Amino acid sequence: MPIDLELALAQPIAPLEVAIERGRLQAFARAIGETDPVYFDVDAARAAGYPDIPAAPTYLFSIEMEAVPPLGWLTDLGVDLSMVLHGEQRFRYRQMLHAGEHVTVRRRVADAFIKGPGAFLVKKTEFLRGDVIVADAEGVVIVKEKHA
Amino acid sequence: MISVADLSRLSVGYELPALEVGPITRTTLELFASASGDDNPVHIDADAARAAGLDDVFAHGMLSMAYLGRLLIKWVPQERIHSFGVRFVAITPVDASPRCEGTVVGVDDGLAEVALRIVLADGTVTLTGSAVIDIS
Repeated sequence: MPIDLELALAQPIAPLEVAIERGRLQAFARAIGETDPVYFDVDAARAAGYPDIPAAPTYLFSIEMEAVPPLGWLTDLGVDLSMVLHGEQRFRYRQMLHAGEHVTVRRRVADAFIKGPGAFLVKKTEFLRGDVIVADAEGVVIVKEKHA
Repeated sequence: MISVADLSRLSVGYELPALEVGPITRTTLELFASASGDDNPVHIDADAARAAGLDDVFAHGMLSMAYLGRLLIKWVPQERIHSFGVRFVAITPVDASPRCEGTVVGVDDGLAEVALRIVLADGTVTLTGSAVIDIS
């Protein structure tokens, strides 16, 4: 068994407080090959109607990765990261996030089960600005069985 | 970017303008590891990738998802995206040149459902997914 399923479901994951920074959004946009100026330049963002540079759609995942260490929620369960595959990821957006904003990230393992040779963990995340949920995410991580 | 008028007239079968990306070099993977916060060594250290049973480093699933994100925000302003989800189907090897595609598969009540996929040059489908877009 690659993971203790009961522990995965029971163990709380500490919430995060993250400040969204222009430099990080710019580096992310560059790394993914984005070219639209609104994701790099504050003036372009404001001309497009945003208060500041917007966080691109998948940046929410990187907000979660600001945990220290980024995949601590997995290593705290004794998981070997080289045995982990990202199975699925989805986001639901209510409001955009922008540089200069502060986000609270609440996470929990909502489901954990064995399927075939792996353990599946379903992690649900809520992103809050103040007390308003601006987005939520669901990710499925597969922990492969280690072969001796 | 599609006009508001064309968006409101969208019908099933419409193909989004495709986005061709890459090649995804080792440098791309290192920049993405650093910028995304995902420092899992299997994406940036060939020794770690081999220890995990692969031949070489491979791309983060979230890098591919980001490319599909680019496909969407090139097509509509980001605030029109209601939801966006993917399944990671196959590994994207280093030096791959993925092609991102989307097809409208449903239009109902001011929302369009777009089926998404990423295909490599050899025909391998690496990601499948969907997005719901506000077209009102």
